[in-house]
Amino acid sequence: MEVLEHYLSLATKAMFIENILLSYFLGMCSFLAVSKKVETSIGLGLAVIFVNGITVPTNWVIKNYLLNPGALSWLGIPGLESVDLSFLTFITFIATIAAMVQLVEMIMDKFSPKLYNALGIFLPLIAVNCAILGASLFMDERGYTFGETCVFGVSAGAGWALAMITMAAIRYRLKYSNVPAGLRGIGITMILTGLISMAYLSFSGINL
Amino acid sequence: MSNKNIFSDPLINNNPVTKQILGICSALAVTVKLETALVMSISLTLVLACSNFLISLLRTMIPSKVRIIIQLTIIASLVILIDQVLKAYMYDISKQLSVFVGLIITNCIVMGRAEAFAMQNNPIDSFKDGVGNAFGYSIILILVSIFREILGSGSLMGISLIPQSIYDMGYVNNGLMLLAPGAFIVLGLIAWVQRTVTGVTED
Repeated sequence: MEVLEHYLSLATKAMFIENILLSYFLGMCSFLAVSKKVETSIGLGLAVIFVNGITVPTNWVIKNYLLNPGALSWLGIPGLESVDLSFLTFITFIATIAAMVQLVEMIMDKFSPKLYNALGIFLPLIAVNCAILGASLFMDERGYTFGETCVFGVSAGAGWALAMITMAAIRYRLKYSNVPAGLRGIGITMILTGLISMAYLSFSGINL
Repeated sequence: MSNKNIFSDPLINNNPVTKQILGICSALAVTVKLETALVMSISLTLVLACSNFLISLLRTMIPSKVRIIIQLTIIASLVILIDQVLKAYMYDISKQLSVFVGLIITNCIVMGRAEAFAMQNNPIDSFKDGVGNAFGYSIILILVSIFREILGSGSLMGISLIPQSIYDMGYVNNGLMLLAPGAFIVLGLIAWVQRTVTGVTED
């Protein structure tokens, strides 16, 4: 039970309290571009949850068994204990993400054309979404264990999707309101995001 | 486009952050203090100018099918360089910037300019375009951070600006400016001013 509670509290934290979009500003570019329609937001949101859930644990394995100082010692070859490849972190993470996105796209196309049709157009966009690389870098910086990493990957993606769908719903209503000319577009969207982010601040302090 | 325009256009009229809506992720996260914003601006200027130059130099050799991954590799290598230099010479600031230096790789400005400009133009023009766009980004970053640091902690570059007598009269720093919503709202207002000045609006 202890473990389950710990994971639940980590998930709540990643999803609401430290929402990757609303408190770390990651994935703003695609957020602003896609949050115009609710349907597309749901599609992109699901794709981000999916890709995050796969790439963050993959990156954890690569980082801990290949790149960290002394991580290569499991190979048993003498002399490898002192090798430190951690300067390759960024380039490996981004390569993993690009490769995984490509792989997911191919597998989906082969085995689930229906899902591919729904999410396919969003997958190439995701390779350069800061929310994906950001989640991997946070995982690395905070030193999560493998179990925590899996939970964190999925719930960070879910938090991003939640913020995105909320915004799309608000922007849909915004069409019928009279916004000052200069504030239309990015201006009003940023201010609304600020207000949503303020609302999410009220989750801070919740501890499961 | 004349030389002067390549450089000056992205500063105000076609600003990458407020007009092209690129690179907002990092623009907001590092703006709690002016110091981190300055370091971030310098890092991005170096990465953007060099990546534009290199990608433009290689543009005839890059097969279009794998261009994204080649661009990402070039950008990621430059970012690793910057990150290592920051870790070696400015350790405290590199701790504060935490993951956001790494996130320059996925900063949409770098990828966006590589795709939109460097792939079609010669290296010198691309270099200028990179510097211009990086300065446009820096202006926004510095403006947002000045507002947030003065209103949020009453100081600039760590030097206290608001005299004690004003605090004695009951003035308090606005803590909201230090949190995420402050950044969103300040950037929204800056975009409003920019749109009103240039007279370009959208629906």
